[in-house]
This record gives sequence, structure tokens and C-alpha cells, in this order.
Amino acid sequence: MRMEQMYQEVILDHYKHPHGRGLREPFGAEVHHVNPTCGDEVTLRVQLADDGTVVDVSYDGQGCSISQASTSVLTDQVVGMPVEQALQTVAAFNEMVSSRGTVEGDEDVLGDGIAFVGVSKYPARVKCALLGWMAFKDAVVQIVDDRVVDERDSAVPTEDGEPARIGGQAS
Amino acid sequence: MTTSVRVFDVTRIREDFPILARTVRDGKPLVYLDSGATSQRPNQVLDAEREFLTTCNAAVHRGAHQLAEEATDAYENARAAIAAFVGADSDELVFTKNATESLNLVTHVLGDDRFERHLGPGDEIVITELEHHANLVPWQELARSTGATLRWYGVTDDGRIDLDSLELTDAVKVVAFTHQSNVTGAVAPVEELVRRARAVGALVVLDACQSVPHMAVDFHALGVDYAAFSGHKMLGPSGVGVLYGRRELLNAMPPFITGGSMIETVTMERTTYAPPPQRFEAGVPMTSQVVGLGAAVRYLEEIGMDAVAAHEHTLVEAALAALGAIDGVRIIGPTTAEDRGGAVSFVVDGIHAHDLGQILDDEGVAIRVGHHCAWPLHRHFGVAATARASFALYNTVDEIDALAAAVRRAQEFFGEVPA
Repeated sequence: MRMEQMYQEVILDHYKHPHGRGLREPFGAEVHHVNPTCGDEVTLRVQLADDGTVVDVSYDGQGCSISQASTSVLTDQVVGMPVEQALQTVAAFNEMVSSRGTVEGDEDVLGDGIAFVGVSKYPARVKCALLGWMAFKDAVVQIVDDRVVDERDSAVPTEDGEPARIGGQAS
Repeated sequence: MTTSVRVFDVTRIREDFPILARTVRDGKPLVYLDSGATSQRPNQVLDAEREFLTTCNAAVHRGAHQLAEEATDAYENARAAIAAFVGADSDELVFTKNATESLNLVTHVLGDDRFERHLGPGDEIVITELEHHANLVPWQELARSTGATLRWYGVTDDGRIDLDSLELTDAVKVVAFTHQSNVTGAVAPVEELVRRARAVGALVVLDACQSVPHMAVDFHALGVDYAAFSGHKMLGPSGVGVLYGRRELLNAMPPFITGGSMIETVTMERTTYAPPPQRFEAGVPMTSQVVGLGAAVRYLEEIGMDAVAAHEHTLVEAALAALGAIDGVRIIGPTTAEDRGGAVSFVVDGIHAHDLGQILDDEGVAIRVGHHCAWPLHRHFGVAATARASFALYNTVDEIDALAAAVRRAQEFFGEVPA
């Protein structure tokens, strides 16, 4: 029964039929995150509109059902959101899966993400669930930082078109 | 007068390991198949540590009181027992924190220009694609710091060192390889690799972490120059590793870590060093752990390493047969038990190793999942992660059956039962 609680049907559905998978253009930043203990990895791109709306999250990678399904859920939740709200959603998901089962999670905020509450009881799997979500947060921070730099360097106009490809970092 | 015949009795052996009687995950009997990561410890080892700590604990090699004398005797007696166990002399055995530190000791000294065998630009280091990161990353660092070049033997499809993949030249100064792979279980052809290294005048470094706990090993007979192994993988405590070094080499080597205990004379300007092995044991060493490792060695000797190896061979045969009989399971490594130790790594079609490990854990079966600190080897086989069952003398054929049953349950759970 424990395993049925952990691997809820909705998780296995996202694993077998992931949403938003594949790398797409345009994108504001691309990051590559790995889980060094197991070798799971994700390459993830984020595109923000000028008004700060998350326009697209695209990704590729390989890993266990938990890491792949949670990244699929991420795209469902954050695409179309203002970036501040998206980061709040990431924080709420992080809080739930890191809670050792003490925080249930709000379906209105996390959507299918609440299915990962069972993962929080297995500390070794928390990093799996967070892989894509932390990659998203990292990519957003890089885009925002770049914009700050761009504004500072506004005397030197940046070339239009090809966005900066930013190397990721290991989690 | 009666003679007692020693019989390998796994039921009696298991009674020495209290942890094996516990249950996990709501009452499932523990099936511990992760001894390649760390082995469990028998009462005899725990009792020896406690006996030492409750009767003669003191800092060794210093102090003139009776406890210091007894502690030093216990520490050095353990060194002698461990040395005899691996076919070495006492003064050829250095205690370290773990096998990783042992290997780093060698690689650091090989980068020290006070050592006549030190490496430089144009020299080559040879390892294999099978190596654990502990016998890979330190060599990368040595290559970086000396300008030497790192080369390696590839692996065959069944996870052995591919002896045809590299020719050694006179530029090769050191050849380092694992005695028994912690992933594929393959036992290296030590004699042939030593012959090849000798032919070009290279030193030989053996990672013996996965061999010493599971078979009779004699470093003098193998003819290697250095060897490293860990206490915690051979029924002993964690926090103690061993470096074997040939006497002439240790004598000629400058120290790695410096400080107290490793000196001969010290002035404000300079220091001369103690002879080996003290030269390489700076500071107060781990003492009860060494005593515990000595007890582990006595425990293994009483059972007999040939009997241990024979029992584990039976387990490997059973595991290869049981896993091989499951559709959708692929063994990463030799599929027969010849020249093969008790690490059995495998992948299951359609089920990531992490998910597999989770279901097995729920059944009480403890295995390792991931890349087992051998990422390049996993890359070679095109897999990100494998599941690994690894055995020790206390495992049973019934536990192999439990492993196979749990793998089948995982296939049912994830709907990956092959048609």
C-alpha cells in the first residue's frame, strides 16, 4: 500500500506520458542539472515574456519516474504564470516534498504536484522530485540576473536574436 | 583426542550479526544485499572494540603509562594480524582513514619530486574504465599537477578489462586497477597486468577493496607495489583503511600528511621523518577501529577465506541464474560465475534503477542503485544507473530468491511484465 501511495497513478501517468517534453526555442536561459548520487539529469529551458510571464518551459533528460514526472507537472503548473507566482509555486512544492510528510500541499497551488506528498517520506527521493523544479528556479534567476546586467549595460546595445546560453550547475 | 571439522554454517554465522535479525518497512525481514557498499559487523568486532575501550584505551605510540603500553600493543598486534591476512609484513601496512585516503597517499607522493619515482610531463598513468571514482579521480589530479598523461584500458562487453585495448610503452610509470570490480564483479587478471607493467618498468597499484573481504589475497604473491582496502567492507569498523606498500618503496617515500608521530627529529628549521609505517601515520591514529579490524580479520580467518569465497561463489551462481531467468533483466557484467565476485549489477527494462530500488526496499531487500561511484563505466554501457546486489559471507540462497521475487513484484507494479 505504501508504494501505491508513493507512486500514485497520476505520477505514473506523467512518467509514461510527459507533458511539455522536448527542447524548444526561443529560450532565455538553458540549464543542465544532475543528481550526482544517481546520475539523473535534466536540460531545461525557460522563456519569459517582457512582462515576466513564463511563456515556455521545455526540457529533456533521463531519470527515474519521480524526477521525470515531477518535471512534467512543473510545466503544467508554471507555464502562463507571472514569474513571481511561479517561484512561489516552486517554493510551495519544495516545502511539501521536503516536509517528511508533515505538509500536505495545496492542490490549488500545486495541481498534480500534490501527488508527490508520498515522496516526502523517503528522504533519498526528495532530490529526484526537485530536480526539474530547482533547474527551473536556476534558469529564472539567470534570466532575471541577465536583464539586470543588460539594463546596467544599456549604453552597449545587445545583439538581438540569439539568446545567451548559460551553463548550468550541479545540484 | 577429537578433531573438529569446520563446516561453513551460514545460520550460525548470521547469529553473530545482530542487525541481520531486524525487520524494516513495517515488519519485513531485512535482506541485506549491499555489502559492497558497507558490510555488517559481527559481535566479535564490536566486543573487541568495547574490550579495548573499557580496559586499555590510550593514545598509541606516546606516553609511558601502562595503558599507553597496552594500547600500543593492541594497535600493533592488530597491524601484524591484518598484514599476515593479506600476505604482507607489518611494516608494509599503513593505516589511513579509508581506502580513498590510501590511494590519495600514493598519488600525492607520486607527484612529490623528493620521490625518485615521481611523475612528470611525458610520463603516463594507466588505469581502466572499470575503476571506482576513488581509483580514478586521484589519478586525474596527479596527471593535472604533474603534466603526466592519463590513459586507460577499455572494458569488454561483459564488463572485464579489455587487455587488447591498450599497449603499454616505456612512458608508463604506473598502472592502477581494481582487483574486483564493484559494479561488474569481474576479477582482474592481476598476474598478466603485473607482467605487462613490469615489462615497461611501471609501478602497480591495486584497489583491493572488493577482493580482500571476499577471497584469500596475498599481496607478496601477487607482486603488486601498492594496494588499498577498507575496514568497513570486511566486517570491520568504518574510519580505518589500509595501504600496503612494498618495503623498499615506503622507505624511499616522503610523507603525505605531516605533523606529530611521523617525525624523527624536529627543529624550528626542519624535520626528519620516522621510518614507515609511522612516517605515514601523522597524528593520533584511529585505535579502537584498528583493534576492531584486527578482530574482523581473526573472525574471517577462523571461518577461512577459501570457505568464504566458495560460499559467495554459490550465491553469485544462484543470483545469475535467478535474475537471468527473469525476462527483461539484463546483467551488467559477466553472466557466469568464473573469475567473478559477488557484485551483481543489472537493469530491468522499463524500470529506472531508483524506482526498482524503492520497490525492493518496500519488500525489505536492501540493494544499491545509481552509478556506484563508477560513472564512466555506466556511460560506457549506455546506462545512467544500475541496480546492484552485493553479497557477503552471511547471505543465503533464500535471500537471492527474495531478491528475484522482489524484482518480479516491481515489474508487476510498474506494468512492465514482458509478454
